[in-house]
Amino acid sequence: MNEAKRLVELIPRLRRYARALVGDRATADDLVQDTLERAWAKLHLYRRGTDLRAWLFTVMHNVHVNRVRAARATDTLEDEMPELAQRAPQGDALLVRDLDRAIGRLPAEQRAVLLLVTLEEMSYDEVARTLGIPIGTVMSRLSRARDKLRLMMQGQGAAAKLKVVK
Amino acid sequence: MSEQPVSEADLQAYADGKLPEERRAAVAAWLAAHPEDAERIESYRQLAAELRSSYDSVLDEPVPERLERALRAGRVRHLAMVAGWVAIGLVIGAIAGWQLHGARPALAPGADAADSMAHRAVVAHATYSPEVRHPVEVGADQEAHLVAWLSKRLGTQLRAPKLEAVGYSLVGGRLLPGDNGPVAHFMYQCNRGTRVTLYVRADMGSNRSTAFRYAREGTVGVFYWVDSKVGYAVSSADISKEDLLNVANAAYQQLNPP
Repeated sequence: MNEAKRLVELIPRLRRYARALVGDRATADDLVQDTLERAWAKLHLYRRGTDLRAWLFTVMHNVHVNRVRAARATDTLEDEMPELAQRAPQGDALLVRDLDRAIGRLPAEQRAVLLLVTLEEMSYDEVARTLGIPIGTVMSRLSRARDKLRLMMQGQGAAAKLKVVK
Repeated sequence: MSEQPVSEADLQAYADGKLPEERRAAVAAWLAAHPEDAERIESYRQLAAELRSSYDSVLDEPVPERLERALRAGRVRHLAMVAGWVAIGLVIGAIAGWQLHGARPALAPGADAADSMAHRAVVAHATYSPEVRHPVEVGADQEAHLVAWLSKRLGTQLRAPKLEAVGYSLVGGRLLPGDNGPVAHFMYQCNRGTRVTLYVRADMGSNRSTAFRYAREGTVGVFYWVDSKVGYAVSSADISKEDLLNVANAAYQQLNPP
């Protein structure tokens, strides 16, 4: 089966997106694993000849939304905070860590749009189809995500320097 | 010469290098005249580049075995599902009617509950679809009311899938008694008058799901599946199994998005 091979080839891209989406490696790979299992079980719904990558990212998006919803149901804390706390440092570079934190602080729906556009380099149209939202919404979320990220990174520049001194 | 005004969407597309060639010069010129925006767009570009350089390393990491195993395990499960599907189809085809009549109470989990549901769906289809004057209790003209009412009675949010793409439109629906409680019954019709019914029950018990299954009783064919506690059955007489599968698939995709 050809799709199986393609799915395997797409795993690294799923992992990259998941890592940026949820932060730490283990949680990201859990998300990828759930996605692959679901995609495989639902492969009969994939229409041959259409974009398998977009379909797979749709599956991942839905799995992610369900996971977040389930986590939230058992967790009465405010939305953003628990996730932030879980986001572990990516590497040594302060920049990566700050960027990662800042991304984690974006509202989930803006984060997804930003990451599909920048990491996956999807067209706005593909993003709209993948997330099941109108293209106008893609554009406004992208714009807001970038605005926020830019402000946070400017703010964090100062914070990072303080950390270095300490 | 009329210049299109530069929109925020244009600026985003410019930052992403997704702007059509013919528009690029105009936006660049506009940015040259608006240094603050130019700086902002430049910072977007940088952020995108930083994002990629931060996460691209993941692409080169070895893929953990458990992820590839997820697909292998999935494949075995998938094959098992197909095998089960065929086996169940054969068994149901062979024993049909009397076996299903003696179906156990649907509270018992497992295939029995789904099969019993399929049988009841077939009976409901055979009962109501030939009805000329009163095929439904509430018509499609009051679809929102119908869905809200049935959702309330079943205690779960229902949806009447849109089947226009496969040639069927909603006639309406009704409430039916099931094995243990209320059942929602939606009826669809194509322009040749062929009817398809969707039978939905929300009391399938614990969190379990089944694959797509097919059964046939008399002239009525039925595709049915269970997604966590909700069971669905799509029935019709007088259309081919392929056509019914097409309809059932359309319903399935909307009721159980990937």
